[in-house]
Amino acid sequence: MSAVTQSVPSTAVPTILPRGLIKSKTGHQRRRVVNIIMLTLTGLLTLVAMLPLIWVTVYTAITGARYINLNLFTQLPVAIGEGGGGVTNAVQGTIIVILLGMLISIPLGILAAFYVAEKPNTRLGFVVRFSTDVLAGVPSIIIGLFGYAILVKPLGTYSAFAGGVAISIIMLPTIIRTTEEMLKLVPKSLREGSLALGAPDWHTSLIILLPAALEGVITGIMLAIARGVGETAPLLFTILGNDQYSVPQIVQSGVQNNFSPVQILQGILVTPTDALTLTMYKYSQEPFPEHVQQAWAVALVVMFFVLGINIITRTLTARRAAAR
Amino acid sequence: MARVLARKPSPFQQAIQHGDVIWRIVIGAMAIVVLLIMLAIGWSVWSDSSQSRELFGWNFVLPTSDTTWNPVKDKYQAWPIISGTIVTSVLAILLGAPLSIFIAIFLSELCPHWLRTPANFMIEMLAAIPSVVLGLWGIFVFLPIVVRPIGEFLGNTLGFIPLFAGPIPASGSSRLAAVLILTIMIIPTITAVTRDVLRAIPVAQREAALALGSTRWETIWQVLLPASLSGVLGAIILGLGRALGETMAVTMVIGNNPVESSGSLLKPGATLASTIANQFAEAVSPVHSSALIELGLILFVITILLNMVARLLVYQVSRTMPMEARA
Repeated sequence: MSAVTQSVPSTAVPTILPRGLIKSKTGHQRRRVVNIIMLTLTGLLTLVAMLPLIWVTVYTAITGARYINLNLFTQLPVAIGEGGGGVTNAVQGTIIVILLGMLISIPLGILAAFYVAEKPNTRLGFVVRFSTDVLAGVPSIIIGLFGYAILVKPLGTYSAFAGGVAISIIMLPTIIRTTEEMLKLVPKSLREGSLALGAPDWHTSLIILLPAALEGVITGIMLAIARGVGETAPLLFTILGNDQYSVPQIVQSGVQNNFSPVQILQGILVTPTDALTLTMYKYSQEPFPEHVQQAWAVALVVMFFVLGINIITRTLTARRAAAR
Repeated sequence: MARVLARKPSPFQQAIQHGDVIWRIVIGAMAIVVLLIMLAIGWSVWSDSSQSRELFGWNFVLPTSDTTWNPVKDKYQAWPIISGTIVTSVLAILLGAPLSIFIAIFLSELCPHWLRTPANFMIEMLAAIPSVVLGLWGIFVFLPIVVRPIGEFLGNTLGFIPLFAGPIPASGSSRLAAVLILTIMIIPTITAVTRDVLRAIPVAQREAALALGSTRWETIWQVLLPASLSGVLGAIILGLGRALGETMAVTMVIGNNPVESSGSLLKPGATLASTIANQFAEAVSPVHSSALIELGLILFVITILLNMVARLLVYQVSRTMPMEARA
C-alpha cells in the first residue's frame, strides 16, 4: 500500500500517469504534448479575446478625452464651421427617455417578478418566465419598429414618450429576472413569519420581502439603466433626433405663453428628442471632423457610464456573495 | 380568545381577503402584460407588413439572381439581405464559437484562482460595451487597421474563390467587417453560457476521468464537453440569435448595399437589421416601409425560434441564465 502511495504521490499533477499503464511510450508522449498545447491554447485565446476590449476602451478614452469639454453638456449643437457647440439636446433627451423607461419598467417588472417568483410552477408562471427570456433575445431594432407602430403612427409624431416605451421594453427582462432571482434568495422563514403574524400577502411581499431583496433589485435596475443608455436601435424611429431639444427652453417658452403644466409636459414628452447614442451614430456617418470629434467625446461619456455601472454592481454583488 | 385577537373584518375586507385578491389580480395582470408585449410585437410586425406580403408574396424571400431593392419603382426583393444576414452570422459563429468554447474551458477549468475574477470580469465587460461605441471604433480604427489589410490579403491570395472576390473598398466597409465585428460581439454570450454549463457538471466526473488516467485535456474533451453538449449547443444558438439581430455595429461597418448579390465577403452587403436601421426613418412610400417591416418580421420569426430552442437546451443543463446571454 505504502509503495503505491510513494510511486503516485497524492499531490501528483494528473497529467503524470502511473508507469506501466500506457504500453507505448510515444503514445504517452503524444498525449502529454497534446495536453500541453491545448491547455496553453485556451489561455492564449482568452488573451486574444481581451484585445478588442482593451483596444476599444483605451482608444475611446484617449480620443474622447482630447475632445471632451463642459460645452458638450451645456450647449446646443451649432452650425458646421462655427466651432464649439455641444450636445445638451442629446444629454437631456437620454435622461428623459431613460426616466420614462424606468417609470414604466420598474413597477411593471417588479410586480411581474413577484408573480413569477411566487408561482413558478403554474403554467402562466412558466410562460411568463420563458417569454421574459425570449423577450431579452428579441433584436432591439424590432422593438424600435414596435414603438413606431404603437406610438409614433397613432400620435402622428416621433416623441420622447415613444422612445421611453421602447427603452422600457429593453429594460424589462433584466429587471424581471434579477428581481425574481433576488426574491428567491430571501429566506422562506421571513415570509412564513410574516404570514403567521397575520399579514396579508401583499403586505408580506411589499413590506417584508421587497426590502429584504432591495439591494439586489436595485442592482438589477442599475444594470437595466446601463443597458438602456447604451441602446440606439430602439430609438432610431421613435425619437428620431432633434437638434434643438432643450427642456429649460421648452419650460421657459411655455411659462411665457401661459401654457398649463400639462401642455408644457406635452411639449417635453410628445416631441422628437435626441439621445447620446443616436448622436454618435449620426455624427459618425457625417464627413465633418467636428462632429466626429464630438462623437468620440460622447462615446467616452456613454462607455464609461455603462462600464462604470457594470463595475459598481458587479463589485457589490461579489462582495455580497463573499459576505454570505 | 377570538374577541381579543382582532375585530371582525367587514364583509368587504372578507371578500377581498384583506387586499390579497386585489394583489393577486395586480401581479397576475402585470405578468400577463409581459406576455402580451411579446405577442403584440409579433402581431405588429405581422400586420404592418401585410401590404408587402400581399404585393410580393414568396418572391420577396426566395433566392433569385434578379435582385432589386428599388424605393423609386417600389419593387423589393430581400434575398441578398437575407443571405447577407445568414452568411455574416454563420461565419461569425464559425469563428467565434470555437474561440468562445476554448475561453470558457480556460475560465471554468484551468484559470488560476487569482485570475478567475478579473478574467471573467473582462469578458463580461466586452458584452457591456454599447454596440454603437463598437461601431464607432469599427469605422475609424478597426476598418482601416484590421479589416482592410485582411481583406486585401484574402482578395490577393484567394480572390479566385467567389467568396473572396475582391477588391475590398478603400473604406473597408464590407461583409468581412461585419463578420469580424460580430465575432467580437458574440464571444461574451457563448463564453458565459458555456462556462456556466461546464461549471454545472459535478466535480466527480472530472475526478473519475482523471483517476482513469486521462490527461486534463482528455478529461475536458472526452468527458466534460460531451456531457455539456446540449448546453454548449444552446450557447451557440443564443450567439447566433444575437449575431442575426445585432444592429448598430453592423450597420456602421457593412456598407449597406441591399442589392449586392455576388455574395463576396469583400463587398459591401446588408443584413436584415442594418437595412431597417438604415432606411426605415427615410422610407419614401408605404410599400417601402411595409417591405422594411417584413424584413423585421423575418428577423423576428428567426430569432424567436432560435431563442426558444436555445433556452430550452440551456434550461436542461443549468437553471439560471447568465446576464451576458442577453442579446
